[in-house]
Amino acid sequence: MFNTASTTPEKILQMLSALLLFAAVMGIILFIAGRFGGKKGDRVVAYLYLLPVLLLLAVGLVYPGLRTIYQSFFDAAGDAFIGFDNYGTIFTDADQLTVLRNTVFWVVLTPFVATAIGLVYAILVDKSRFESFAKTLIFLPMSISFVAASVIWKFMYEYRPDQGTVKQIGLINQVIVWLGGKPIQLLIESPLNTFLLIVVMIWIQAGFAMTILSAAIKAIPDDIIEAARLDGVNAWSMFRKITLPSVQPTVVVVLTTIGIGTLKVFDIVRTMTGGNFETSVVANEFYRQTFNADNQGLGAALATLLFLLVIPIVWYNIRSLRQSEAR
Amino acid sequence: MFGQPTSPRIRAALAGTLSAGLVFGLAACGGGSDDDSAGTDASASAIDCAPYTKFGDLKGKTVTIYTGIVTPEDTPHIESYKPFENCTGATIKYEGDKSFETQILVRARAGNPPDLAIVPQPGLVKQLVTTGKAVAAPQEVSDNVDKFWDKAWKSYTTIDGKFYGAPLGASVKSLVWYSPTEFKDNGYTVPTTLDELKALSDKIAGTGKKPWCAGIASGDATGWPVTDWVEDFMLRTAGPEKYDEWVSHKIPFNGPEATAALDAVGGYLKNDAYVNGGLGDIKSIATTTFQDAGLQIIDGNCSLHRQASFYAANFDKDTKVAADGDVFAFYLPGPDANTKPVLGAGEFVVAFADRPEVKAFQTYLSSDVWANTKAKLSSGWVTANKGLDPNNLTNPIDKLAGTILLDPKATFRFDGSDQMPAAVGSDAFWKQSTAWITGQDTATTLNNIEKAWPK
Amino acid sequence: MSTATPVTTTPPLAANPPSAAKIAKKRLSSPWASLAAIVLAFLWTLPTFGLLVSSFRPERAIKTTGWWSFFSNPTLTLENYRGVFGEDGGVNLAAFFVNSLIICIPSVLIPVSLAALAAYAFAWMNFPGKNVLFLVIFALQIVPLQVTLIPLLEIFVNVKLTGTFWTLWLSHSTFALPLAIYLLHNFMREIPAGLIEAARVDGAGHVSIFFKVMLPLLTPALAAFGIFQFLWVWNDLLVALVFAGGGDEVAPITLQLANLSGTRGTAWQLLSAGAFVSIIVPVTVFLLLQRYFVRGLLAGSVKG
Repeated sequence: MFNTASTTPEKILQMLSALLLFAAVMGIILFIAGRFGGKKGDRVVAYLYLLPVLLLLAVGLVYPGLRTIYQSFFDAAGDAFIGFDNYGTIFTDADQLTVLRNTVFWVVLTPFVATAIGLVYAILVDKSRFESFAKTLIFLPMSISFVAASVIWKFMYEYRPDQGTVKQIGLINQVIVWLGGKPIQLLIESPLNTFLLIVVMIWIQAGFAMTILSAAIKAIPDDIIEAARLDGVNAWSMFRKITLPSVQPTVVVVLTTIGIGTLKVFDIVRTMTGGNFETSVVANEFYRQTFNADNQGLGAALATLLFLLVIPIVWYNIRSLRQSEAR
Repeated sequence: MFGQPTSPRIRAALAGTLSAGLVFGLAACGGGSDDDSAGTDASASAIDCAPYTKFGDLKGKTVTIYTGIVTPEDTPHIESYKPFENCTGATIKYEGDKSFETQILVRARAGNPPDLAIVPQPGLVKQLVTTGKAVAAPQEVSDNVDKFWDKAWKSYTTIDGKFYGAPLGASVKSLVWYSPTEFKDNGYTVPTTLDELKALSDKIAGTGKKPWCAGIASGDATGWPVTDWVEDFMLRTAGPEKYDEWVSHKIPFNGPEATAALDAVGGYLKNDAYVNGGLGDIKSIATTTFQDAGLQIIDGNCSLHRQASFYAANFDKDTKVAADGDVFAFYLPGPDANTKPVLGAGEFVVAFADRPEVKAFQTYLSSDVWANTKAKLSSGWVTANKGLDPNNLTNPIDKLAGTILLDPKATFRFDGSDQMPAAVGSDAFWKQSTAWITGQDTATTLNNIEKAWPK
Repeated sequence: MSTATPVTTTPPLAANPPSAAKIAKKRLSSPWASLAAIVLAFLWTLPTFGLLVSSFRPERAIKTTGWWSFFSNPTLTLENYRGVFGEDGGVNLAAFFVNSLIICIPSVLIPVSLAALAAYAFAWMNFPGKNVLFLVIFALQIVPLQVTLIPLLEIFVNVKLTGTFWTLWLSHSTFALPLAIYLLHNFMREIPAGLIEAARVDGAGHVSIFFKVMLPLLTPALAAFGIFQFLWVWNDLLVALVFAGGGDEVAPITLQLANLSGTRGTAWQLLSAGAFVSIIVPVTVFLLLQRYFVRGLLAGSVKG
């Protein structure tokens, strides 16, 4: 059962046995949990429920995370201890300041714009006749792999000179030419290029925001909406006074998730500009040092920097949680 | 049940996607006919099985080989293994993966390497040996390499006195692509010295056309074509011995030799009168993908494109790649007609296991038998294996590359950035080259790369 | 606030009286709303539409002219799709499709179930260390996949699981947990405390409450997360490559599609067709799960 399965029936059998094994484990946990009732039993049940999760996370994420931080104090090959040298490199290199600046742009713009668009759209199509179809259109970019997305946006941003028989291949430059202007080398102009790359990320993430927020909107009790309607509330007030406050916790969740995801993403930068022309972000530098330059220590230090950059987002969540608890 | 009011719509949408799926399914059944056309049925060509009997009975054993060569180039490889499989009864499992270069290191470091890997850079071979998981090549392979390859090829994978990887295929980089039709129509002749090349460029520029097109964009590898230009000119301005010293860092990266070479490249790539035919200004070189750049020759927007032999795959099926066709290549000339430095690259077979079947397969791959079997099956492939009969090469570019590789007057050198440590060869050199194209000066560029050399 | 709605515990959809429906329709038929939605949808779909058009154009046309010129100069071809399915190293649909499905299904079911349990504990139980533990868990989302590759692979090598689906199921499940717990926790908290209390007063234990009260109300949240987890695992390439190797036995369909553009990326026009082939399944799943995005599951429950 733990071997490589080669034929289709074997594979299906393996999958089914895995699922059964899992169901059995869950069953055991629930069975034991059922034995403990009342408030006193809460603690035991809680830890029981958390047990599998904590186990998997400890091995799969915490251990590698700690190992990375440890590695960041060693050199490129991982042999010699060099203290904080790697961090020194990160913060003294002039290019790195641009990298940090870009990262801030990414992490501030993407969550807010994507969430705003996702929320507005979810409300607009809620309960409409073509809701499923409409939502699918915004969802589509999420289901496309990054490789395909880079081809898609190549067709948007590509530059060709305005000369002779040469035609534009990128839509944006084509529109510029149709309007009488000269084509721009979009991906070389900094900081325009960073914003254009951020657009790609927003284009993808709006679908995520929309889907989650759509679920949240569906959870708003109908009677509250009814009541407001009968009180003669208009669409804008409805949004501000009913919808938004009701989905606010979910909005925080969506902002946080997209924010953290944006911190980690480098595929867009990597495939579209390779991090050149002042477009690089911390995650891309992390990938570059770890896999291209084979500098394990510096790569680990950049990953640790990512861990630190998530702290403001965590703090924002804590604040939000406290506020919602006070409500 | 939930969803009743909307289910007709959902059903419609589902029907839509499912029928699209059906269409694709039909395309799959309809479009995919059996491939009996390309190449001969390799299993029919019986080979001499004697060299492999000494490894014992290999029936039923499996050897995994992991490479970055994917479709469509992987098919000839897989086909070429059949004679060996028929001989010995072993099975070869081929794993092609575009992210080979990062994954092989991860797998080796974590203790899960394949049996064999086809490694395209000597620098990467060195990294793999450092992980401690690579195994030295068996004696049979070493003997084959002594017999069929130039001494230089063996030295690329000899680390600390131990030999690790037999060469496999090769590519020639000192080539300039051009349009034979255009040359004929305008009375241009193929240059045989660098001065003639410059004169030709000036001549074409004089007609109001930008003679050169270039592109270096390549995702996170953006900038690598510039390294080829620099290495080619390093060979021509400073000579092969200085080139070797520069590659192994016996002389600094930013010394006078490299400065002269980079400036010589600048005479082409940063020359407003020469670039970038059909694609824009000098900076457009940085955003044009290397795949797209040479296509301008077909469209008549430029005349010359310096790129390796593997570029032939970029032209679509209707373009005739031949000396009398739409596009072809000539050897990037040396300083004079008798000096022929050739920049090229290749791949090496590195082993991580020493089981008999693995050793047997390695021996097969390093033999002339394999080289000839492979040549008959491939288009767009060449090797520096001296046992190769050039008549087995099917495609004009391969024949050209093969002739250049086997020319006794040629001085072959392996791509420099492929030999340098990763921090330079797959990072700083690329990044600084890209910055150089978009305006950074030569001195800063070379200094930055020199700074990146690991101490 | 008392309304004209009859108090009922039957399926909420039937509880909507005509007046509310009419009001709702009136709001949505506001021309500005429709226009805004259409403009957004158009802008969002335009880039993808460009790819769709490109996938039917011949290679030369794609590389020299813009896709919009298709309309003035239509040249249609199925070459790109044939390249995706064709014999010369195209996608071997059947085998890899099976692999992808087998990888995806447990990788969705396992983390969803585990996260639901954990989220329930965080949302409705009290225990020491709850807040800190929750923060740590959701902060773990920041750990990039790449730093886990070598440590986890070493472990899998030691327990001899490499080359099997188990490595993929375990890794995908683990990576999904922080976000899953974070999302489900949020939706669980939205469930009115009154319901839980009522159930407890009725003598229900945690298990009962979980299955009889929580799960039905969580359907949209579970569907939402399920869609994304399925999608990410379906489109995943890195985890599959590292933990299962490229061997045919476990390779998912994404590997073949990624390799389509050729060893040196020359055939990138095939990616345009490949992208649409790979979209079909996630979009189908999205549509199938839309039925769970149903309004009003909580309607009337406040009175219950």
